[in-house]
Amino acid sequence: MNSTSIITVVLLCIGVLFNLFGCIGLVRLPDVYNRLQSATKCVTLGTCSILLSLVVYFGFNDTGVKSLVAIPLLFFASTVGAHALARGAYYFGVKLGEGTVKDDYKEQVEIEEKKQQLHEIP
Amino acid sequence: MTTVLHILLYAQILLCFFCLYRVVMGPTIPDRMVGIDIFGVLVVGICAILTILTGRMFIIDIGIAWIILSFIGTLTMAKYLSKKKLNE
Amino acid sequence: MRYIALYIVLFGFWLLLTFSLATDNLIVGAVAALLITPYFGNYFVKDVGKWVQPHRYVWLVIYLFIFTWECIKANFDVAYRVLHPAMPIKPGIVKVKLNLKTDMARVMLANSITMTPGTISVDIVDDYIYIHWIYVSSVEPEIYSRKVAGRFEKYIKMIFE
Repeated sequence: MNSTSIITVVLLCIGVLFNLFGCIGLVRLPDVYNRLQSATKCVTLGTCSILLSLVVYFGFNDTGVKSLVAIPLLFFASTVGAHALARGAYYFGVKLGEGTVKDDYKEQVEIEEKKQQLHEIP
Repeated sequence: MTTVLHILLYAQILLCFFCLYRVVMGPTIPDRMVGIDIFGVLVVGICAILTILTGRMFIIDIGIAWIILSFIGTLTMAKYLSKKKLNE
Repeated sequence: MRYIALYIVLFGFWLLLTFSLATDNLIVGAVAALLITPYFGNYFVKDVGKWVQPHRYVWLVIYLFIFTWECIKANFDVAYRVLHPAMPIKPGIVKVKLNLKTDMARVMLANSITMTPGTISVDIVDDYIYIHWIYVSSVEPEIYSRKVAGRFEKYIKMIFE
């Protein structure tokens, strides 16, 4: 075991641990939006940590550079996907769960749907 | 080191079953979609660990392709959901 | 000008993904980038001239460090909320006014908000951004605007505008 392998194993363990937190949140939390929060944040950073361990292990040859390119790709894909899923779920009609304090988005969605209905009738 | 990698690989596969639990039990369709999205990201982690474990370089290419395909699938399903209603 | 910049970006991305400098590889990459460029040039960023101003890159490096720190803090925050037996959550959707004008800056701000502790951006309509917050600590608009968006807005204004 030299120092490169030790850093690789530590980064891998951190990544899998964060993935575990994200998946526990996916199972435990009460409604769609909260599940999306915990799962997106934790699983994205955990997988970024795993890919970073590949960069440490292989150095700057082709595999290392490929996994370094994959990190921003994964980051943008995950955040844009989370935003699209949250918006789609709200328009689909999933209400916010129990204990909700404040909901500013409802009026905007109602205005938008009224506009669509007016557009469809004539 | 190989033993630790095997343990981490099996742990990652176990996490995929957490996501499958949400896909099977989710009360509404967006719940299931969140499960499938997170499943896609976990598979990229499995690909990365397999690259170190087997030493075959092409597996990380599968991971990159998987990121893009999972992203397109999520966007398509979100677009489909925003045109539908829960009670119809 | 936009088309030439998009061509250079696509060709560089191809070289990073394949990572070899053989002649046939270069020819395939050049032809593929040439085929893609006329279709997607209209959707590319408008002001390419901003890319050659060096002070933006200095701010980008500072922003990356702050962003990584916020990301790690966000993960420990989520881990605390998930592992706590009573799950201390108080969710809600709040509306925050934006001060940024260009599209690229708005996209980057929304992505940053998604990765910071407890917030996820849902939609942008006109000048307002709607944010789902897992623990709404106050209902006053001034306080939560500063808490949610104030950390990144000045850096993103320096980088992208």
